[in-house]
Amino acid sequence: MLARIVVLIKQVPTTESVRLNEETGTMIRTGMDSAINPLDLHAVEQAVRIKDNAPDTTHITVLSMGPSQARSAIREALAMGCDEGILLSGREFAGADTWATAYTLVQGLRGLFPFDLVLCGERATDGETGQVGPMVAALCGLPLITYVNRLTWDEGTITACRAIEGGTEIVSCPLPVLACVLRELNEPRLPTLAGKVRAHELDITVLDGEGIGADKSLLGLAGSPTRVVKVIYPSFQRNTQLFLANDEGMEAALDHLETSLRRAP
Amino acid sequence: MTVARGVWVLGEQRNGRIHPVSYELLAWGRALADDLHVYLECVMVGTGITAAAKSLIAHGADRVRCLEHSELLTFRVDPYARIVESLVREHQPEILLAAATTMGRTLMPVLAAHLHTGLTADCTGLSIDPNERLLLQTRPAIGGNVLATIKTPEHRPQMATVHPKARRPLAADPSRVGEIVVETIDESLLGSRVLRLGFEEDLTMASSLQDAELIVAGGRGLRTAKRFSDLFEIAAHLGGVVGASRCAVDLGWASHAHQVGLSGKSVSPTTYIALGISGSPNHLAGMSSAERVIAINSDADAPIFQVADVGLVADLADLLPRWLDRLRARKRRDGQGGLGG
Ligand SMILES: Cc1cc2nc3c(=O)[nH]c(=O)nc-3n(C[C@H](O)[C@H](O)[C@H](O)COP(=O)(O)OP(=O)(O)OC[C@H]3O[C@@H](n4cnc5c(N)ncnc54)[C@H](O)[C@@H]3O)c2cc1C
Ligand SMILES: Nc1ncnc2c1ncn2[C@@H]1O[C@H](COP(=O)(O)O)[C@@H](O)[C@H]1O
Repeated sequence: MLARIVVLIKQVPTTESVRLNEETGTMIRTGMDSAINPLDLHAVEQAVRIKDNAPDTTHITVLSMGPSQARSAIREALAMGCDEGILLSGREFAGADTWATAYTLVQGLRGLFPFDLVLCGERATDGETGQVGPMVAALCGLPLITYVNRLTWDEGTITACRAIEGGTEIVSCPLPVLACVLRELNEPRLPTLAGKVRAHELDITVLDGEGIGADKSLLGLAGSPTRVVKVIYPSFQRNTQLFLANDEGMEAALDHLETSLRRAP
Repeated sequence: MTVARGVWVLGEQRNGRIHPVSYELLAWGRALADDLHVYLECVMVGTGITAAAKSLIAHGADRVRCLEHSELLTFRVDPYARIVESLVREHQPEILLAAATTMGRTLMPVLAAHLHTGLTADCTGLSIDPNERLLLQTRPAIGGNVLATIKTPEHRPQMATVHPKARRPLAADPSRVGEIVVETIDESLLGSRVLRLGFEEDLTMASSLQDAELIVAGGRGLRTAKRFSDLFEIAAHLGGVVGASRCAVDLGWASHAHQVGLSGKSVSPTTYIALGISGSPNHLAGMSSAERVIAINSDADAPIFQVADVGLVADLADLLPRWLDRLRARKRRDGQGGLGG
């Protein structure tokens, strides 16, 4: 029987110099260096390892929502060994918060039914919320396993280790299931030259809001329950005494440091 | 439609014991409930909570809702989410807070998805907009130079998670009065396709960083891995533990377990020494509740100085070896560690 895996990947900026649109508080994504979210590489690697064990009966779809340049992130995943890429892209998706993002991805997933396993990164390095994976599971009605650092797939069942406070929880779940994975799960492979060539030849399907049959009022900024209302530069909080070592000398600076340390706060 | 009212916090228990993060949540919630002139309620799911519920009232709750069942001893997302969701739908709180623990970070997005409302992760500040009665949720934003304030204008409840240790609990006041409500559990909500097979305790993982009274934290300004590793010796002399900025972790000088900040740990030591850390909001998000901050940086304009009580403008390449010499010499003299002097 064919095993179908979907990996949700996000393209993120590789530099920290992201700018915010002052009016909407959303990220300006154009003209940035970007790549696949580092944590999502571990999700892709997990999927490809499952495929390594059963190459003829495993099919991996990469699904992403983002601007058209997110194609290159999808190609990275295809080069690692995924079979098919789908990009959800359209003006109506712009400004989505985590709820609207999850809704959009779920609409995209509906077109891929039936599947056995959905893999996500634990969080993206830009938004840093870690909310999208669990929200997708909830809106899809899929069982959810978060903080996964080990995963085995065996005859219709997933067994996973969850790294939580104080130790490791071991759980199992019949398929289908959604898992959010941690960096410790594996070491992502580098794409081979052959993989890159293959990825280049594959077509990436691009779908907009209509293409996934979405309710327009639930997409993008319009469909987002949250609003960024203010962006501020953090203010002074403490009354700092500055000690200039260059003027006073290094030994005096150390004296000052040690006196400060001895004094109770 | 009824108007949503009241502030709820989602407490946590481990093995039937109330987890201290519940008291921190009550401190967050108390301030909001007072501003709104509404009740502060604490929802506890688990077993053996009712007996301990009084302490939640002493720490600020007006009402504690206990959801007890032997099958709820350990967190499982499906039953927890269904039970809390039905309670939220029934009573319609305007605000729902939880801790950004692995439980809160799993449960809250599932709840927010089902309730079709907004959720803001890892808030460092929460306040009430007096004109609109809306929750203002502040968190460090992308890029690390700004704090973004987020609100949820139309959907209810307004949901947010806060970092553990980002705020101190209120002092317990045993004379506070409040109500303890034992909710009945609908057994049909207890099922889950995810089966818990076991738990392997890892004692080394029980992070000393979050409980430390003194943290010696280093950033890129230390310039070399060797100099970063000196921090471990300094920390040992002072009886503290080592923290790191994300840059230091990315450079491989320390493991992620040492990272302090938005995507690392929140700490609230008595003393936090920041060496060669610029003080980006993403880093400050994890240590701003330290009682006292001592910062050493060669740049007098580094933002870390804005949150420091004591600031030393010094080149660490020069200062650090001298400091180590002093600490070593003192140890040889005293035959012991400590601050000496
Ligand atoms: C989504 C997201 C999440 C993040 N989460 C975190 C997080 O959890 N924790 C975190 O720390 N960061 C986090 N960051 C990164 C954060 O924005 C900063 O980039 C990082 O904290 C900077 O680390 P730093 O202070 O060590 O390095 P820098 O910003 O490079 O600062 C180094 C400092 O050292 C000083 N210095 C240089 N040479 C010397 C010398 N010889 N002697 C003394 N001082 C010297 C410099 O003046 C400078 O102030 C996150 C970023 C993003 C985008
Ligand atoms: N726009 C997106 N397209 C596809 N997957 C996404 C998107 N946003 C988030 N994800 C997935 O959800 C995970 C958590 O992202 P976040 O909630 O943004 O921190 C990521 O690691 C991805 O697997």
